Amino acid sequence: MTATENHPNKETVISIRDVKKSFGDYDVLRGADLDLYRGENLVVLGRSGTGKSVLIKIIAGLLTQDSGSVKVLGQAVDEISGKELIKLRLRVGFSFQNSALYDSMTVRKNLEFPLVRNQKNLTKAEINKATESVLDAVGLLQTINQMPSELSGGQRKRIGIARTLILQPEIMLYDEPTAGLDPITCIEINNLINEVKERYKTSSIIITHDLTCAKHVGDRVAMLLDGSFERVGTFEEVFDTDDERVKPFYDYNFID
Amino acid sequence: MFLELYRVHQFIKKFFIEAIAPPYEGREILRQCYQVGYKSLALISLTGFITGIVFAKQSRPSLAEFGATSWLPSLVGIALLRTLAPLLTALISAGKVGSSIGAELGSMKVSEQIDAMEVSATNPFKYLVVSRVLATTISIPILTFYTAFVGLLGGFLNITSSESTSFSTYIQTSLESITFLDITSSTIKAIVFGFTIGMVGCYQGYNSSKGTEGVGKAANSAVVIGMFLVFIEEVIATQITFLFRT
Ligand SMILES: Nc1ncnc2c1ncn2[C@@H]1O[C@H](COP(=O)(O)OP(=O)(O)OP(=O)(O)O)[C@@H](O)[C@H]1O
Ligand SMILES: [Mg+2]
Repeated sequence: MTATENHPNKETVISIRDVKKSFGDYDVLRGADLDLYRGENLVVLGRSGTGKSVLIKIIAGLLTQDSGSVKVLGQAVDEISGKELIKLRLRVGFSFQNSALYDSMTVRKNLEFPLVRNQKNLTKAEINKATESVLDAVGLLQTINQMPSELSGGQRKRIGIARTLILQPEIMLYDEPTAGLDPITCIEINNLINEVKERYKTSSIIITHDLTCAKHVGDRVAMLLDGSFERVGTFEEVFDTDDERVKPFYDYNFID
Repeated sequence: MFLELYRVHQFIKKFFIEAIAPPYEGREILRQCYQVGYKSLALISLTGFITGIVFAKQSRPSLAEFGATSWLPSLVGIALLRTLAPLLTALISAGKVGSSIGAELGSMKVSEQIDAMEVSATNPFKYLVVSRVLATTISIPILTFYTAFVGLLGGFLNITSSESTSFSTYIQTSLESITFLDITSSTIKAIVFGFTIGMVGCYQGYNSSKGTEGVGKAANSAVVIGMFLVFIEEVIATQITFLFRT
């Protein structure tokens, strides 16, 4: 069982090979390998500070790896031109750990922003329809005229997800979608992630600490340990181990 | 230090590339112009007016020594237009507008809003930086002439309190002594000041470090560096206009 095991009949949409990244003399990623297949939800687990956010920022081209290759939809993110990167980014949605809503704009303006700026030929009615449709998909139609500061953490997360969905991406990258939320809201977000997969046919990477979430949404699980993905597979496969770095995750979540 | 200079150079280069390439952010630029004017108008009116009064009052005794108080309107006009108005406007804008640009972009950077724009392919540099820098470059010259006008009013208030002149003769005498060179050099100077203030605020905000501390630092250095550069540019501009005058 390795991270890059061949699945002959599955198309790879993200392929990460031997990626290394350091900040100063701290080696965060030390040769990470990972594949995301079309149509799957891949959960990435790992302790705080192991570089999970760094990894998906590299995938989205916000950071650049020191070495190794990152291919998204067949294109090397760090090598393509600015124009191609913009095109690629339209196909990849990124939901931030802290939601990153534009706090000077209403919810409506937040959602419209990527659309208005990318597709100049849309009519007002089309924009409104798209906005309301994604807002409905996350169940927050009533907040449309509110400011982000008036929303709860869970609502902000969902608006953040809606804002990335509006461009109908093929790939979704979720950074800790359920962190800091109550169990019921977590379940709602988990359901939302699954719904997004069904409704928009996305392939997703979901970063989380929350094993319930991992079990609920993950088709596969990858565990980031000491800078590389040592354990990748189904939920049961990954946790069928005595590794002292892995067991506490499971024990904390499922044993009282 | 050299790395920093290189980064500033890259930032300015990127500004010109993005500013020239369509599409243009007309509405956003207008909105930012309004912000710049709105933020500094009250303070500029007050300071401009007071400066006019004080300058006229302070200059009167020295002119009286030579029996040349009739020159007072011209002196007020020239001083305001050549130096006082551009410098006052720029310093106040550096404080009010520069700091708020630095803080606004800084907090957007820190809360990853700029990254969020980046990943949704919306070119944050163009939307945030280009529009703000163009807005300050356009509005600060306009504000400068406004300040000069308000300052003239202040000067008039002082002059009428001791002698009877009509407003129109006052304005006429003060404008008569102003040359085309004065107007052009002040306009160019104000454009440069405006560009500098917008650029410094944006650069500091856009490159602010993580954490709330970074936001405060960005706002603070936007003001300090902005004012410092404005003074340096003033000195250089004065040297250059002297070359033209002689
Ligand atoms: N821009 C940056 N500059 C310097 N160091 C950074 C930067 N981004 C991340 N790091 C460092 O990289 C390490 C990994 O950070 P990362 O945010 O990826 O952790 P994480 O796995 O997402 O943790 P968490 O679960 O707490 O979100 C951290 O030690 C962090 O200090
Ligand atoms: Mg993280």
